[in-house]
Amino acid sequence: MSLRVENLTVYYQTLKGDVRALERATFSIADGEIMGLAGESGCGKTTLGHSLVRLAPPMRFVEGRVTLDGEELPIWDTERMNDFRFKKISIIPQYAMNAMNPTRKIGRMAAELLRSRRVDFRAKLPELRSRLDLVNLSHDVLNMYPIELSGGMKQRMVMVLSTLLNPSLLIADEITSALDVSSQKAVAEMLVAFRDQGCCKSVMVITHDISILYQIADTILIMYAGQLAEKAATATIIHSPRHPYTRLLISSLPKVGVKQSERRLTGIPGSPPLLLDPPIGCRFRERCPVAFDRCTEVPPFTEIDRDHFVACWKAFEEHARA
Amino acid sequence: MSRYFGRKLLVYSLTFFLAVTIDWMIPRFMPGDPVQTMLSRGMLHAEGLEVMYGYYTKAFGLDVPVWKQYLNFWNALFHGDFGTSVYLFPQPVIKVIMRAVPYDILLLLPAILLSWFAGNKFGALAARSRWLDNTVSPLGYILTATPYMWLGILLSWVFAIVLDIFPIAGAYSFAMTPHLSWAFVGSVLKHWFLPFVSLFLVKFGGWAIGMRNMIIYELEADYSHYLEALGAPRRLVRKYAFRNAILPQITGLSLDLGVIVAGALVTEVVFSYPGIGYLILQAIQNQDYFLIQGCFLFIIMGVLLANFAIDIAYVIVDPRTRLGMVGEGA
Amino acid sequence: MKKQKKHEILYFALRNNKVRFGFTIILFFLLLTFVGPLLTHYAPYDYVNPKGAQPPSAKHWFGTTMFGQDVFTQFVHGLRATFLVGAIGGALGTFIGIVIGFTAGYRGGIIDEILNMITNIVLVIPTLAILLIIAAYLTVRGILVESLFIGCTAWPWAARAIRAQTFSLRARDFVDLARLSGMKDWRIIFSEIAPNMMSYLLLVFILQFGGAILIAATLDFIGLGPTNAVSLGLMMNNAVLWGALLLGVWWWFIPPGLAITAIVGALYVTNVGLDEVFNPKLREM
Repeated sequence: MSLRVENLTVYYQTLKGDVRALERATFSIADGEIMGLAGESGCGKTTLGHSLVRLAPPMRFVEGRVTLDGEELPIWDTERMNDFRFKKISIIPQYAMNAMNPTRKIGRMAAELLRSRRVDFRAKLPELRSRLDLVNLSHDVLNMYPIELSGGMKQRMVMVLSTLLNPSLLIADEITSALDVSSQKAVAEMLVAFRDQGCCKSVMVITHDISILYQIADTILIMYAGQLAEKAATATIIHSPRHPYTRLLISSLPKVGVKQSERRLTGIPGSPPLLLDPPIGCRFRERCPVAFDRCTEVPPFTEIDRDHFVACWKAFEEHARA
Repeated sequence: MSRYFGRKLLVYSLTFFLAVTIDWMIPRFMPGDPVQTMLSRGMLHAEGLEVMYGYYTKAFGLDVPVWKQYLNFWNALFHGDFGTSVYLFPQPVIKVIMRAVPYDILLLLPAILLSWFAGNKFGALAARSRWLDNTVSPLGYILTATPYMWLGILLSWVFAIVLDIFPIAGAYSFAMTPHLSWAFVGSVLKHWFLPFVSLFLVKFGGWAIGMRNMIIYELEADYSHYLEALGAPRRLVRKYAFRNAILPQITGLSLDLGVIVAGALVTEVVFSYPGIGYLILQAIQNQDYFLIQGCFLFIIMGVLLANFAIDIAYVIVDPRTRLGMVGEGA
Repeated sequence: MKKQKKHEILYFALRNNKVRFGFTIILFFLLLTFVGPLLTHYAPYDYVNPKGAQPPSAKHWFGTTMFGQDVFTQFVHGLRATFLVGAIGGALGTFIGIVIGFTAGYRGGIIDEILNMITNIVLVIPTLAILLIIAAYLTVRGILVESLFIGCTAWPWAARAIRAQTFSLRARDFVDLARLSGMKDWRIIFSEIAPNMMSYLLLVFILQFGGAILIAATLDFIGLGPTNAVSLGLMMNNAVLWGALLLGVWWWFIPPGLAITAIVGALYVTNVGLDEVFNPKLREM
């Protein structure tokens, strides 16, 4: 088991109080698994992804335990986590377009970064070059400044940089949202190729675009309002979801494979609760068509079938009946 | 890169041309008979007055059309002829100015460079230490808000009058004549210190604050977060942030030169320090238009040259200008 | 939604210590400008104390000058000049900066190059030389002339800053949308770009305000300031001119400089505070 997250709770500190962006998340990602993490914006998916890499203020660690390859990650300790970042756990950030220092040549930046992590750049150079080939980038980019690259090229360059040390877990944060449809597909396929070539063991793909996940993800984890709703194999999530939120989400997709925009997800009546003072119990309760009195208790995230987890009292009932 | 310099060169020549033209207008566009007014204010005896009147009427060339006066002015300019001072008759303006210029260099160059380096250094340090931030930043705001002459007045009152450890006026002891000796150099340094410190302090505050704020912006920039996410040590993140934050500070230096020169002007007035600023004040008070003209010409050239030097420095540190990807100021 | 955002800004502004601190100081001096003249029954240049220079006393709060003028009276009247120069000079400088900056940033291309060139030229030209000519013609100069002059020469910095901001806003979707829908350029600038830069323009104005005060002090000090008014810069000029330093008449030159430093410093601090309010990234948690 590559990544195991238990009871992870992370709040955002604001002047008005704690925003409960992520509460008691428990799940795992297997070796070689590409897990999609989806949900509306503000559902906590980015908080989850970032807290695994760099949990810095205004984020606040409340409780939880994260192990990667059997080793516990000290995610609450920004300094100690440095040993794991890049080498064991890495990220392709949402802001890939601006992720590289504008006043350094890309090759020099990579060299300085690697050297600062006590990795021999020259020994890594052949590997770096072959990865550039993998994403169709000319070796010349190492002698260029980021400003000389197009958006798609920067995106791919950052993919190469982030995975250079073969991390066990790669977090890809909205990597397709800034691209046009054709590049989206290419980038998504490159991600799969990276996994297949062993550039990274497991991948967590954070996105609001479920159609992309349908193409590349092995499993999908759905989040709602800071809580995990459902996790299962991609086909299961698409064809036989159990959580009413997942069902609404999937049924609101016009057709799988068509680009899905964030706005569509709000096609579900109502809006997500404010996480500053969230309602007790299941947070989807107020928008849920099948809610009943039991829902004032928080449903545990439970495995109802093999590798199929869901957090919904109704789903438990249905499952028990079946 | 050549495009960048080509454009710069065009701006500089246009600026020079325009500034010199305005400068040319100073004595000529004064109301009334400027020569008469000027001479009657100057402290001249009757004999000198007549000579001067003849000289200046000829210099203005009232019989010559204006465009020719203008061309003559440029011609004289390239021959280093700035006319004769009225107030210090019969010394040529260029000579009077050349006597003042060394003091300006002595005052401005260290004040500008040291305040820039020290300000950037402390600003960068303040951005990383809460303790320093709580001391350097408020101090910086106070200093940068202080009018140059008031800081000068305060310093000279405290250190020259109350404590009596520094001289109050001049560039060296009135009892001495310039010569090379330890005593004289010591006297020069002693007289130089207070004006230097007052210029230095005001600018120091500005640079420190600018740097602190720029660094904080840069540390919040995406590329900094990316480095942190990849576990880069703080040293590298700061190094990059510093390098990128220094760029606007270099531009700021060129934007600020005019202000610094004006600041030096009033500082010299406060300390009766015999640089060009002090000279301008005397020239204004004695309505010595040719001297004023000459002084401004020197300031224009000084500022333009300094700007050019800064531009070259900028090209060296910012690759984007070399690539011709961004215009200046972007 | 928009209203709520305004409330939120006000909420953060009132909670920001820098804004509170700066605002209090500015308000204090502003109040003094209006109340001060009521507290004194002298005119600024009246010779009210036959004994000449005397330190602060119950009768003359800030003491008297070498000529027996009441320093407090000069001070409060000078404050008014300071605020006037700051407001008029700052506003004019910001306005010209906005016009040039918006045009250059929005139009781009050759217009941008030309305006940029003009900006750079004005930046380097010795404005003092121009002022000298003006001063010779206008033997009687008021605060207004000084303010206008400052406004007309201090805009390049604002223009550059606003140009850069407009440049980045121009590339945004909503501006493209407006352009596609056939909206006129100046309407796009004023209905789409300007509102999104309101906070930035306010910050620019505050800096121009403080800058104008400092420039005015310099001009006054070398005798190019107003001839028919009282100002803080003129007070310092007179004090130095009449040997207040040598004679130790500190109460003559301390208050005007201190007031300028306090006001301009407060403006700068407010500026930084507001910057934190407008840019949530900079807010301290």
